[in-house]
Amino acid sequence: MITAERKPISEIKEMIAPYRKILVVGCGSCVAECASGGEKEVGLLASAIRMDAKASGKDIEVKEMTLDRQCVYEFIDQLNDVIDQYEIILSLGCGAGVQAVAEVFPKVHIVPALNTTFIGQTKEAGLWIENCRGCGDCKLGVFAAVCPVTRCAKGLFNGPCGGSRTDRCEVDPEVPCAWQLIVSRLQDRGRLDLLRKVHPPADWSKQQGKGPRKIYREDQRS
Amino acid sequence: MMTESRLKKILQSGNFAVTAECGPPKGADPEVVRSKGKILKDYTDSVNVTDNQTGVVRLCSLAACALLKADGLDPVLQMVTRDRNRIALQSDVLGASALGIRNILCLSGDHQSFGNQPQAKGVFDIDSIQFVQTVRTMRDAGEVIGGEKLSVPPQMFIGAAANPFADPFEYRAVRLATKVDAGAEFIQTQCIYNLNRFKEWMGLVKDNGLDGKVYILGGITPLKSARMAEYMANNVAGMDVPDEIIKRMKSVPTKEQRQEGIKIALETIQALQAMKGVHGVHIMAIEWEEAVPQIVQDAKLFPRPKG
Repeated sequence: MITAERKPISEIKEMIAPYRKILVVGCGSCVAECASGGEKEVGLLASAIRMDAKASGKDIEVKEMTLDRQCVYEFIDQLNDVIDQYEIILSLGCGAGVQAVAEVFPKVHIVPALNTTFIGQTKEAGLWIENCRGCGDCKLGVFAAVCPVTRCAKGLFNGPCGGSRTDRCEVDPEVPCAWQLIVSRLQDRGRLDLLRKVHPPADWSKQQGKGPRKIYREDQRS
Repeated sequence: MMTESRLKKILQSGNFAVTAECGPPKGADPEVVRSKGKILKDYTDSVNVTDNQTGVVRLCSLAACALLKADGLDPVLQMVTRDRNRIALQSDVLGASALGIRNILCLSGDHQSFGNQPQAKGVFDIDSIQFVQTVRTMRDAGEVIGGEKLSVPPQMFIGAAANPFADPFEYRAVRLATKVDAGAEFIQTQCIYNLNRFKEWMGLVKDNGLDGKVYILGGITPLKSARMAEYMANNVAGMDVPDEIIKRMKSVPTKEQRQEGIKIALETIQALQAMKGVHGVHIMAIEWEEAVPQIVQDAKLFPRPKG
């Protein structure tokens, strides 16, 4: 999923300060799963904004709404009937959601309530870890399903570097060395041979070659 | 100007090589580099110049190498992939060769989070092994990555680093084999304080048939104090300083600890000279270049052969 964290309330307050009618819009997908932008978080943030306004004697109107997905037009259309009544949309979608909503309603001011962080996995309750950079050229088959681009601090394809000690990354001792994982998994599977050849330089053009990437599928267009 | 690598000549002639490290200043003063070069010149075959080591901004290694070259030294250009993408790396290799620099040590580099620019974007477009292969292909096939021909290929004696003390231990020899396959001709190792582990590693090197394929220079860093030994043991990634060494440093008065550090270095050099498959030493006297002449003399590695 795409993970995100809510911005500090002070930053959010500053963005919405000039406005009186605020529509707080959550997203029921990834950011709901990582407990940063779903219906519940929308409710909490809206309450916080109302209480803050009340405390400072400001008269505001805050409406809550959560779309199934903020990054798909057919769900964004649910805002059609209410959007005109508000001066600003405070989005709890990921960066893709915020931009998609802004595209549908170019005249409405929209600001993000979240910092979108990474593609990750729920490791345990309340812990999410990054494990994919969306490089567009997945090599997990060679690296025992451990992504060195994401999980090695230096993104080494022919690791490990000289800094790993007792299974830990030199950069953050709380993080396991990705290369230690790769090597021990392949050792267990009797496939260390996969690492015996020099892995050639990556093709980063698949990640960032010509600006933003797109996927175009003729078969999906009719 | 056609020059050759002195380091390569020394190693090929079967002499026990001595290289040392010169850390460039945190400033633009060329005299710092020149005076360090002056100290090291007669006592070493070649001098490595570090490339923004520990991620701290310093005078660039290419410029420092050019300064040393002009003073008659044989510099080893250290280059890390942390700060440059493949365009910049290959361009700098060509530039270095044009300046008469004939040795390169290809590294990935200390992570930027350790230095004085922790908010920098780490480039890591390619890694150290890919960099070794790139330089080798530039030199031998006269091609850049992607296959385009160079008008004149760079001349470089190509080195890489190895850490016999990092984990996973058994895999370290496989990794060295991959570095040699990629094109590394010489290896400079992490500082050796744990001789037993280093011997074990050399055993793996031999088992993998690598001792005849690559020149190995053992890393030596004289300890300045017991505190330094403890600091390195606890705070420097990939460093193995056994308790005996720390105890030994602590057992002498502070005033004499520098000499004790040199003594340990000399004993290590002696052990390395007796070890088959070790072709030289790389002395990294961190901000203590003056220690190098004494070490080289006392190790009876002076005078250096004419290269």
